[in-house]
Amino acid sequence: MTTMRIRAKKFLKKIAGKILPILTILFLLTVVWYFFTIYLNSAMQIDRYDKQGISWNTSKLVLDTMSQERPKLPAPHQIAEEIWETTVQKKITSKRSLIYHSSITLSSTIVGFILGTLLGVVLAVSIVENRAMESSLMPWIIASQTIPILAIAPMIIVVLNSLGFSGLLPKALISTYLSFFPIVVGMVKGLRSPDIILVDLMKTYNSTKVDIFFKLRLPASVPFLFTSMKVAIAISLVGAIVGELPTGAVAGLGARLLTGSYYGQTIQIWSALIMASILAATLVFSIQAIGYLVSKKMGYTNEEA
Amino acid sequence: MTDKIISAKNVELKFGKGSEEVVALKNISLEVGAGEFVSFIGPSGCGKTTFLRTVAALENPTSGQILVNGVSPDEARTNRAYGYVFQSAGLYPWRNISKNVSLPLEIMNYSREEISKRVSRSLNLVELNGFEKKFPWQLSGGMQQRASIARALSFDADLLLMDEPFGALDEIVRDHLNEQLLDLWQKTGKTICFVTHSIPEAVFLSTKIVVMSPRPGRIVDVIESPFPTSRSLEIRDSKEFISISQRVREGLRSGYDHNENKG
Repeated sequence: MTTMRIRAKKFLKKIAGKILPILTILFLLTVVWYFFTIYLNSAMQIDRYDKQGISWNTSKLVLDTMSQERPKLPAPHQIAEEIWETTVQKKITSKRSLIYHSSITLSSTIVGFILGTLLGVVLAVSIVENRAMESSLMPWIIASQTIPILAIAPMIIVVLNSLGFSGLLPKALISTYLSFFPIVVGMVKGLRSPDIILVDLMKTYNSTKVDIFFKLRLPASVPFLFTSMKVAIAISLVGAIVGELPTGAVAGLGARLLTGSYYGQTIQIWSALIMASILAATLVFSIQAIGYLVSKKMGYTNEEA
Repeated sequence: MTDKIISAKNVELKFGKGSEEVVALKNISLEVGAGEFVSFIGPSGCGKTTFLRTVAALENPTSGQILVNGVSPDEARTNRAYGYVFQSAGLYPWRNISKNVSLPLEIMNYSREEISKRVSRSLNLVELNGFEKKFPWQLSGGMQQRASIARALSFDADLLLMDEPFGALDEIVRDHLNEQLLDLWQKTGKTICFVTHSIPEAVFLSTKIVVMSPRPGRIVDVIESPFPTSRSLEIRDSKEFISISQRVREGLRSGYDHNENKG
């Protein structure tokens, strides 16, 4: 009984230790945000008062700046309200449901991420196993990331459309284009991470290259892979959203951003943005959790046995 | 065929070219018979590790001839004629102890039953039974090194090459492991080549002590030990032990003198 209570207390302390700092920053951000909401929106509000001949005071001004329909910067509670209305209070199948739009973006993110991971691993393996591949591929791989994605995304989509691909795949390929890079870099490092004596040891067993790869290099690269995958999945989401922008896509978070900006609906834009970051955080956290479980299963971890 | 396990004739090995050329081994001739325990002692850069690596076919001599079990080192490697123990345990962190010991057996395609039989026998030899399911980070440094010895023993090579296996361990653990190693050597009748920095370790363990010297790496003295194969830590206080230690020390010093005269 007492041990359970002590354990529960320890657990709470641990959670508190992790969550409190995050909440503190969140609180500070909210305060700053409200300040800017009032500051940025007040000019337009005063303008409106003058035009309509309404008398006003500071407290009225403050309240009104936080309830404009198309504010320069919406207040956090306006965004929260919008997210609430477009998620919980809308049917998922509705074209105005943010969950619907998120799922569209999410599916191309996941497809692009999986393709990017596969591509990245294949490239990394060929680079590590073949010197010629390294000198011929690596410069191009790096060059590919120096092109602004916003510039190349419409080109990819136009080309793929004319080849008969539309919908999810072109968007996913933009995610792939972004996400394979951290995977290549991380995996090359991971596959080369084994100590020289471990490779020598394998040689003393007269093992084949295949043995060295599967029994040594590949398992050694697993922690590196998960670190890269965390970066890759976050930029996959960016890629999917960017992929939705130039095509005039009708669905997806990118489409929400675009239509929002057409009609000056800042609240809609901000709620799509917040939704995207929640999505990104969830994805990154999931990868981290899977990585933790896998390395624990492999016997890697020595954190708090 | 022959009871000479290792026979080296005028082995020379150079690293690098031109002005950066380093002569790691020069004119090394040595024979190691079956069942011997040979220690290689000398300061850093004397080529003792390089010689061991040459025997293991991890380095190729520039000239001269070396035979392991009567064939070339590379052929011996292909025949899996030796087990190699490195200075650091080099256990795979994602494999538990029994899986680490079974690694060479998996690569050599032993059957499942054979693997489990050999793993438990090898762990028995280094007194690590009961730790099969532990992961390397859960073991002390000495235990990790014992596990790596078990790994080298698992496929039953007659020759054991050990490159400063206890160099990173403290003295007490080291004494204990030395006794264990001696015990293991007597039980298995293996031939052991053992690289070390420590004079007492070399004198205590070996039937033959090879004293080496750097720049160029060469043999300055070979001492045959008068002690019986079965010995205990007490011999370290005997007269013979002290006189052999002295001879080793003189050998090491002569190497240095030679060096200083040169310039």
